[in-house]
Amino acid sequence: MSRKIPEKEYEKTVSFRLKQWLDGTKDPFVDTVEMKPQEEFLEDDNTVIKRNKERRQRLERVYDLANNWEVSGFQKLYKVFCAVFCLFLVAMLLIAVSYLPSYGHAENPVNNEVAGRYIEKGLQETGAVNIVTGMILDYRAFDTLGESHVLFIATCTVLILLRKDKKKDENGKDIEVSDRIYEPKNDLILQTAARVLVPPIIIFGVYVILGGHLGPGGGFSGGAIIGAGLILYLNAFGFQKTERFFTGKTYKILSVCALGCYCLAKSYSFYTGANHIESMIPLGTPGAILSSGLILILNICVGIVVAGTMYTFYVMFRKGGY
Amino acid sequence: MQVFTNILLAFLLICAVAASFSKNLLNTILIFMSYSLVMSIIWILLESPDLAITEAAVGAGVTSVLFFVTLKKIHAMVQLDKNKEEENHEQKDS
Repeated sequence: MSRKIPEKEYEKTVSFRLKQWLDGTKDPFVDTVEMKPQEEFLEDDNTVIKRNKERRQRLERVYDLANNWEVSGFQKLYKVFCAVFCLFLVAMLLIAVSYLPSYGHAENPVNNEVAGRYIEKGLQETGAVNIVTGMILDYRAFDTLGESHVLFIATCTVLILLRKDKKKDENGKDIEVSDRIYEPKNDLILQTAARVLVPPIIIFGVYVILGGHLGPGGGFSGGAIIGAGLILYLNAFGFQKTERFFTGKTYKILSVCALGCYCLAKSYSFYTGANHIESMIPLGTPGAILSSGLILILNICVGIVVAGTMYTFYVMFRKGGY
Repeated sequence: MQVFTNILLAFLLICAVAASFSKNLLNTILIFMSYSLVMSIIWILLESPDLAITEAAVGAGVTSVLFFVTLKKIHAMVQLDKNKEEENHEQKDS
């Protein structure tokens, strides 16, 4: 139930006083304050010239190096201290390096039983022919999860810093127009080259991702290759063509799905591993494409995240939103 | 093979020094790209093709492209265009 109070009665209530205090029209110490809009500060041309002249004279007096011995002495000392600091830093780093264990020595702390186990039992335990991928995505999958999230957070930061309002920039021009001032639109050489190059690049990226557990490669490098291919396509054909299949919304959905899938798959294997339960996922025959358990799925997830991230970085730098 | 590796390492050093001493930012990025390319060949010689692929894709590819875009955004690549425009004006005047 709301009831309308007469104006006079309302002025006595607490809420009215609170409102006055919030607006700043009444101050408990100064009593009623008259509110008026701020006036624009206008300066006379003569005073501006006078002010600038005084400032220049002051600067000339201060930076008159022939007479001002304080400034010239400071500049000399500054150079000396710069050199001393650099030498000190170099000396500290060299001393620290000299304490490191010598390269390739058998008794180094690097040569422990962990590396031996990776090499001897890696194929048997992970099912991946490529030991590096087996290490990254099986033994140390938690690290790789963190790396994927670092990339995701980096994209979020770029989004926050470089995002622009749509359509207009500060000059009132279209973003698309101001983006292409210094380059020809629909360059024939670039378009022909892109038409030939983009499909092999993307197929090679997919191959690197899918063959990550069989040969050199993996999610990160394959994703970067696909991202580079997408950037080339975008450069050749413009935003309208790429936005038909890849927009900001697609990127968000894809990366969240991929990261979630990675988390779920890894939580399963952590859960089974920590409780000494036999994992349900078969390792398969080493060397086949459908082998090595979860590694293939994880590679695909990382590849999707990295490809989207590279492309989004580029779009954000170019246009500030898509 | 050792000679080849040494040549590549020397090239790497030259690239690193040249990148920091080059006055033109565009040249610096191009030198940086070649640095990454040589580095990826060295990774292959060190028998780590995984890293070589990543270095070639990220170091020589995506990072340099991002640098190019940044240079364009801060109008560091305008200088070339300005020179061209001045030349055009001179041609028109004469």
